[in-house]
Amino acid sequence: MKKNMAKKILTEPKMNYDLNLLQNMYKKMLLIRRFEEKAGQLYGMGQIGGFCHLYIGQEAVVVGIQSAQIDGDSVVTSYRDHGHMLACDMDPKGVMAELTGRKDGYSKGKGGSMHMFSREKGFFGGHGIVAAQVPIGAGLAFSHKYNRNKNVSITYFGDGAANQGQVYESYNIASLWNLPVVFVIENNKYGMGTSVNRSSAGENLSDRGKPYGIMSEIVDGMDILAVREAAVRAIDYCRSGKGPYILEMKTYRYRGHSMSDPAKYRTRDEVDKIRKTSDPIENIKSLLSKMGVEDETLKDIDTEIKSVIAEAAKFAQGSPEPSEDELFTDITIN
Amino acid sequence: MTIEILMPALSPTMEEGTLSKWLVNEGDSISSGDLIAEIETDKATMEVEAVDDGKIGQLLVAEGTEGVKVNTPIALLVDTNELPHATIKNIADKPYLEKEKIPSKPSNDKPISIEANSSLITVREALRNAMAEEMRADKSVFVMGEEVAEYQGAYKVTQGLLDEFGGKRVYDTPITEHGFAGIGIGAAFGNLKPIVEFMTFNFAMQAMDQIINSAAKTLYMSGGQMGCPIVFRGPNGAASRVAAQHSQCYASWYAHCPGLKVVSPWSSKDAKGLLKSAIRDPDPVIFLENEVMYGQSFSCPDDDNFTLPIGKANIEKEGNDVTIIAFSIMVGKSLEAAEILKDKNINAEVVNLRTLRPLDVDTIIESVKKTNRVVTCEEGFPFSGIGAEISALITEKAFDWLDAPVVRVTGKDVPMPYAANLEKLALPQVDDIVSASAQVCYED
Repeated sequence: MKKNMAKKILTEPKMNYDLNLLQNMYKKMLLIRRFEEKAGQLYGMGQIGGFCHLYIGQEAVVVGIQSAQIDGDSVVTSYRDHGHMLACDMDPKGVMAELTGRKDGYSKGKGGSMHMFSREKGFFGGHGIVAAQVPIGAGLAFSHKYNRNKNVSITYFGDGAANQGQVYESYNIASLWNLPVVFVIENNKYGMGTSVNRSSAGENLSDRGKPYGIMSEIVDGMDILAVREAAVRAIDYCRSGKGPYILEMKTYRYRGHSMSDPAKYRTRDEVDKIRKTSDPIENIKSLLSKMGVEDETLKDIDTEIKSVIAEAAKFAQGSPEPSEDELFTDITIN
Repeated sequence: MTIEILMPALSPTMEEGTLSKWLVNEGDSISSGDLIAEIETDKATMEVEAVDDGKIGQLLVAEGTEGVKVNTPIALLVDTNELPHATIKNIADKPYLEKEKIPSKPSNDKPISIEANSSLITVREALRNAMAEEMRADKSVFVMGEEVAEYQGAYKVTQGLLDEFGGKRVYDTPITEHGFAGIGIGAAFGNLKPIVEFMTFNFAMQAMDQIINSAAKTLYMSGGQMGCPIVFRGPNGAASRVAAQHSQCYASWYAHCPGLKVVSPWSSKDAKGLLKSAIRDPDPVIFLENEVMYGQSFSCPDDDNFTLPIGKANIEKEGNDVTIIAFSIMVGKSLEAAEILKDKNINAEVVNLRTLRPLDVDTIIESVKKTNRVVTCEEGFPFSGIGAEISALITEKAFDWLDAPVVRVTGKDVPMPYAANLEKLALPQVDDIVSASAQVCYED
């Protein structure tokens, strides 16, 4: 589990990296960062209730992986899900309105931060029970294989979830049945307040795929190019019918487990150090500068994103609460 | 010395079986461990091993004989030193059972009348037909579970499905309920229609989180986007002598949860009509079968399009004096009780609930208004049970129509004991229904 985060250098881009792609990835990461900052702020104002788990620090993981997907691939994750939804191109307004519990939220205000979905965008939640999404992700992969549609399932879970039993039941079946599923372990070093070292036996979480014959690799999840390259390898592998693949993303969350986490289990210093040396957004920003993108362009991106977020927040605060009739709808279909 | 080889009991519920094949001939020498016969039970075809050394003196039951009762002598084993002919002479008074079809025991003592365009089939066959018909009609329907494919089903409910539909439609899973239930739910979110078999609902406890938190609640939490068209089916409740961890009725557990539909058939007709509706239903359906019922035969419509609506109860017997409300195996026991009650001049109405969620409250209330007295029957525990719910509903909706307090006949409030006598005490019996009915009619 030792990982030297101090010497953080972004993977040198290969010649074939399209500047447009890099710029779009930067935009998306920044969108997630600013969205989460705003969500934190609205939480502080009492506009968002319940649990709210922010993704700040981990943006490179979901954006890098999403950049390797095609239409029809399915995505499923835990309750730390705002970043995944934005990466899937779900509308920030609808996501924010769900956080504020309003009728225009993706779940009409009935799901909240942890439970949002968009079939249209291939996002299957947003699941509140640690690791419950893992067999569901394998099941989505099953449906792709059953329908022979060449799509894959991207199934995210954290280092905390990696100790749940159903993960290994899913590994077993996914390997036996050759399911096209990429298991992405977002190892942000803490399952709530317990560090990986204190909760997980063995050297690496990715090693746990080996007994099931599942290919795996460890990836620097703070380096979006490394994430993208690994994602291309893993997704190609699954899409070509070779079975599941595990990517262990070494990443870091800057904020607490949820908004109500006092974060006494780690030092301020630890967080600051990673922010300074490994921030995934700063990394790609300096890469873009190096590649000749003008400061002015970067500033424009920043301004554009800020306005998208401001609009989303305004929309989420302005949308009405769901009508009382909604209490008894959507329990069953018929 | 001559030893009788007896028809063995090969499963907890086996009372009889078919001696499908002899693997030895008269006069063959056998040793302990040799295969001597193939016996077909209602669960599987099994090979029987000799437990003693000797020579087969005589085969007492012909190949292909059905309905051979457990503990019936099926062959005679003689000491290898004795001459077989001499032995046969000695035991010639044992009658040789001719190959014949012994009809399976009917569900109650009354002869079963076969309705028009129907056949007499077992509940097991009805369930299998329902799955096969729906699989033929809709390619998105598939079956998964433990031993459902190559083994042909732990209780033979899925027998033949692998042969007809192949390995892309019928999946053997590892013994990992939590994992495969979740995979089924994911597949349902991916627009397939899985039928997930639990070998028993007792094992579904391992999958409870996925069933409740993922299958039942996601539609609501997604504002109506994420339908989960899945059927979880398998035997529920007590079988026979399998003790506390394999005998529980989970009806009230599942019926408690919004987002699920909970169905529990009694007869072959129920089984076919309701399972087909469950498979076609866009919501997650918990389909609670009963192992003891699998082998019982009833008249069942042949039509491939025959379905029964979920949420509708059926009055199995009309009456005016007391309403007996039951589901699953307790319907048969209630009908038996109703017969006995006739002798006491009590004309009981028997309501077969068929569905526990959504409960057919209208049919219950209408019956209460007619009879003014109610007995509820279930195998499950009394506390917070289905009977408790029905009793509360009647109090809320038909209190003024009651002439006596509702009485619940339930399993006893104890983990299921193993010992035969205690097990019988723990389970609700016909006599319990008779006396409860007499009690509400003030005839006890």
